[in-house]
Amino acid sequence: MLAYLIRRFGQSLLVMAVMATIVFFGLYMVGNPVDLLINPEDDLAAQEAAIRRLGLDQPIYIQFLQFLKGIATGNLGVSFVHNTPALELILSRLPATLELAFFAMLLAILLGIPLGMIAGLYPNSPGSRVIMGGSIIGFSTPNFWQGLMLIMLFAVFWRVLPSGGRGQTTDLFGIPVSFLTLDGLRHLILPALNLAIFKIALVIRLSRAGTSEVSLQDYVKYARARGLSEKRIVGVHILKNILIPVVTVLGLELGNVIAFAVVTETVFAWPGIGKLLIDSIGLLDRPVVVAYMMLTVFMFVMINFFVDMAYSMLDPRIRIKAGKS
Amino acid sequence: MSAIPVESPFKRFVEDFVRSPTAVIAAIGVLVIACVAIFAAQIAPQNPYDLAEINIMDGSLPPGSVGFDGFHYWLGTDEQGRDMLSAMIYGLRISLSVSLIAVGSAVAIGMSLGMLAAWSGGRIEAFIMRAVDIQLSFPALLVALLLLAILGKGIDKVIIALVLVQWAYFARTVRGAALVEIRKDYVMAARCLALQPMRILFGHVLPNCLPPVIVIATVQVANAIAIEASLSFLGVGVPITEPSLGLLISNGFGYLLSGRYWISFYPGVVLLVTLVSINVVGDHVRDILNPRMQK
Amino acid sequence: MTAPVLSVRDLVTEFDTRAGVLRAVNNVCFDVMPGEVLGIVGESGSGKTITGFSIMQLLDKPGKVKSGEILLNGKDLGRLGDAELRRLRGDRIAMIFQDPMMTLNPVLRIDTQMIETILAHRKVSRAEARQIAEDALAQVGIPSPAERLKTYPHEMSGGMRQRVVIAIALMLEPDLIIADEPTTALDVTIQSQILFEMQRLLSNRNMGLIWITHDLTVVAGLAHKVAVMYAGRIVEFGPVGDLLDRPAHPYTRGLIDSIPSNASHGERLTQIPGMTPNLLNLEEGCPFRPRCPRASDICASDPETSSAGDGRMVRCHNPIEEGAL
Repeated sequence: MLAYLIRRFGQSLLVMAVMATIVFFGLYMVGNPVDLLINPEDDLAAQEAAIRRLGLDQPIYIQFLQFLKGIATGNLGVSFVHNTPALELILSRLPATLELAFFAMLLAILLGIPLGMIAGLYPNSPGSRVIMGGSIIGFSTPNFWQGLMLIMLFAVFWRVLPSGGRGQTTDLFGIPVSFLTLDGLRHLILPALNLAIFKIALVIRLSRAGTSEVSLQDYVKYARARGLSEKRIVGVHILKNILIPVVTVLGLELGNVIAFAVVTETVFAWPGIGKLLIDSIGLLDRPVVVAYMMLTVFMFVMINFFVDMAYSMLDPRIRIKAGKS
Repeated sequence: MSAIPVESPFKRFVEDFVRSPTAVIAAIGVLVIACVAIFAAQIAPQNPYDLAEINIMDGSLPPGSVGFDGFHYWLGTDEQGRDMLSAMIYGLRISLSVSLIAVGSAVAIGMSLGMLAAWSGGRIEAFIMRAVDIQLSFPALLVALLLLAILGKGIDKVIIALVLVQWAYFARTVRGAALVEIRKDYVMAARCLALQPMRILFGHVLPNCLPPVIVIATVQVANAIAIEASLSFLGVGVPITEPSLGLLISNGFGYLLSGRYWISFYPGVVLLVTLVSINVVGDHVRDILNPRMQK
Repeated sequence: MTAPVLSVRDLVTEFDTRAGVLRAVNNVCFDVMPGEVLGIVGESGSGKTITGFSIMQLLDKPGKVKSGEILLNGKDLGRLGDAELRRLRGDRIAMIFQDPMMTLNPVLRIDTQMIETILAHRKVSRAEARQIAEDALAQVGIPSPAERLKTYPHEMSGGMRQRVVIAIALMLEPDLIIADEPTTALDVTIQSQILFEMQRLLSNRNMGLIWITHDLTVVAGLAHKVAVMYAGRIVEFGPVGDLLDRPAHPYTRGLIDSIPSNASHGERLTQIPGMTPNLLNLEEGCPFRPRCPRASDICASDPETSSAGDGRMVRCHNPIEEGAL
C-alpha cells in the first residue's frame, strides 16, 4: 500500500515536471522570450535591466533551471499589467472563483437530485419528459450561450437581476465572500446558475437512472410490505442509495467546473481567476498566463492524486491489487 | 437446400435507426444543416465578407427590416450592416468544417496510436496509455485554451488544438476494441505464422474497432463544435475574417445589453439546433450499436 | 367454529406482457386458520410466489389481480385503498422475502429499518421503539441485540440477517405471516436452525403462517396443511401427513419420489420428466399432461377439483387411488 502511494506520488511529480518543461519550451519555441516576458512599453534601459534581472541573457539550460527554481519558491514572474507578482495576483482572485464553483455545485445537488428523482419515479409522465428534454438541452448548449440567454432574460427583458460583476463583499475569516449580503446574492445567482446548468443536467440524468434502478430493488418492495409511507420510501430508502454514485461523479467533475468557470466569469464579468486568464491572454500579460497554467496543472494533478488515493482506500479491491504490485 | 438470405449490416442498422422518430427528425436536421453549410455560397442571400455587398447604413437593423436598397434582412444586421442570416450560414460552414477536420484528424491519429498500443503491448502500450490517461484527466476546454494562448491565433492553430485535445478518446477506445480482436485465436495464429501485421490490422482488427469509433466520433463532432465556439467566444479562436458561430455570438455580446439581442441570439439558436441534433443522432447510434457490439 | 385468518377465493392474477396475457395464478382457493401453518409447494414458475405477492397487493407491473376475494379477518384486501393497505401491511399481515441481503436496505442500519417499521404503526417514542426492536431480536435468538441494532446488514451472516427479517415480521404480532422461500438462500445447517426457531416462535402465538417453498422436506416438519401448485393452479391440497403418505396427484407423487433418501442408496435419482410449462403457451387440458405417467385421452380436457373427505382436494382425471403405486 505504501509502495503504491509513493509510486502514484512520484507519477504526479513526473507529470508536473513534464508540464513545466512543455510550458517553458513552448514559450521559447513560439516566440521571442524577450517579447514575452519583458514589458514592451518600458524604455530600452529598463528593458535591458529587466533582461538581466530575469536572466534572459543566460544560456537556455540555466534559464530552465531558474524557471524550475522559481516554481519551487513560488516566484512565477511579475504581471505586466498589474505590476504585482503573478502568483499573488492569481491567489487574490481565487476566492471569487471558488465561491462561484461552490454555489454551482450546491445548485446542482439541490435542483438536480429532486428533478432527477421525479423523472425516475414517474417515467412516463409529461413532467418527466419535460425534465429529460430540458436536461438534453442543458447538456448540449454551450455554456457561454446559456449565460447570454440568462442575461438577456433576467437583466435586459425583465430587469430583475444585474447583468454582471460581483456585488458587495463581506469578509468571512478574512476572505471576501459575497453571498452574505442581498446585493452580493443578486450578483451571484446568475453566474452560479450558468455554471451549474451543465452539472444539473448531468445530475438529473444520473439521479433518474439511479432512481429507476433502485425502485425495482427488493428492499423497496420490502419497505412497502412493512407499510412504510411513500414519503419515507422515496426520501430515505431510495434517496440514500442514489446519493453515493451522484456525489462520486460530482466530485470527479470538480475539474470541469474550474474549466467552465473561465467562460462563465467572462460572460458575467466575475472577477475570478478565469476572467483574469482571458484578460491576460488578451493583454499579452504572459507571466500571468504561465502562472495560471502552472497553478492549474498543479491543482489537477493534486485532485487526481487525492481522488486515486480516496478510491483505493474506499474500494478494497483496488487496495488488494495495489498491495500486490 | 435454399440459401438463407443474409441481411447486410448496413441495412439492419438503417432499419434499427428509423425506429425512433426523434432520431429520424434529428438526422434530417443534421442533413439539412450539412447541406446549408456545403452550399453556403449558393444559399446565402449575401456574401457578408465581400465589402462591396454590405452597406454600413444598414447597420444594426432588427430582424425583418428592409434596407436602403430594398434588401430584406430576415434576421437583422450587425453593426457593420452585414446580413445576419448570411453571416450565420457562412459561420455554420466554418464551425462545421473546423470540427470535421479536427475530428477526422483526431480519429486518424487516435486509431493509429490505439492500434499500435494494442499490437505492441509492453512499454509502448504503457507509455501511450499513460499519455492518454493524463490527457483525459484535464478538462478539454482548459487544455485547448492554454494551447492557443501559446500558439496564438488562426484557424489552423484552432484545429491543431482541437486535435490535440480529442485524439486521446479515440486512442483509448480503439485500443480496447483492438485488444479484444487481437486476443482472438485467428489473430494469434496469424502472428505466429509471421503474416504481415498490416494486413491483419487493417483487414480484421480495424473493422471491429469501427462501431465504437463511429459512436464516439459523432459525439465528438458536437463536442468540437462546442469547444470551438467557446474558444472563439473567448477571443482565442478563429479570426474575425472567418467568423464561426461562436465568434458571431461574441460580437453580439456587447449589443445584448442595449436590447439588440438578435446579433447573438440567432447564431446561438443555430448552434443549439446543430448540437442537439448531432447529440440525439449520436445517442441513438450508440444505443443501436452497443448491444450489437456485445454479441 | 373459528373464522379463518385468511380466506382466498378464486384468486386470478394476470400479467399483461407484450407477448400476451400470462395467467400466473389461476383460480386459487384456500383458507388459513389462526395458529395454522399452510405450506405452498411448487417448482419455480408454479405461481406460488405470485400468490404471496397478490395477497399483499404488491405485484410489480404489468401484474394485476384480475378477480377473486382475499379476506384478511373478513376484510377484502383487494377493495381497500392505499392508506388502509399501508396500515395493515407490516402490522396485521407481514411478509418475509427470500434473500435477506437484497431485502434489507444496504445503506441503512438495522435499528433504522426496525424502528421505522414500528413508528409507522404504533404511537410510541423512539426509545420505546428501540426497546421493542431489541426485544424482538433477542426473541429470535440473536446475541447482544443492543449492539446488533447499530450494525449494517452486510456486517451480518446470511442466517442472522434472516433472523432479523423474521424478528421484524413478528415484532408487531401480526395475524398472518407470508414467508416466501425464507430458507432457500441459506446453508442447509442454517436452514434447519431457522426452521427450529420458527417452530418455537409459533408455538406460543395464535397467528397464521403461509410457508412458500419448492422443498417438500421443509413443509413436512413445519406445516399442518399443504397446497401443491402447478402452472398457477392448486392441484392437490390436504393435511400434511395424509398428503405425503397418500399423494393423489401424480405431480405430488413425482415430487415425493424425487427426494433422495437412504432407502434408494446407490440407485439413480428419480426425476419428473420434461420441463415446467410456458404459461404463455399452455395447451388445452391439464397442464401436467406432457409429463404425467398416468395421462390418458380424458386429460385433454381441464380437470375439475374433486374433494375426498378429511379436507383433501385433488385436481386430476386419474388420481392415484389408495394403495396404488
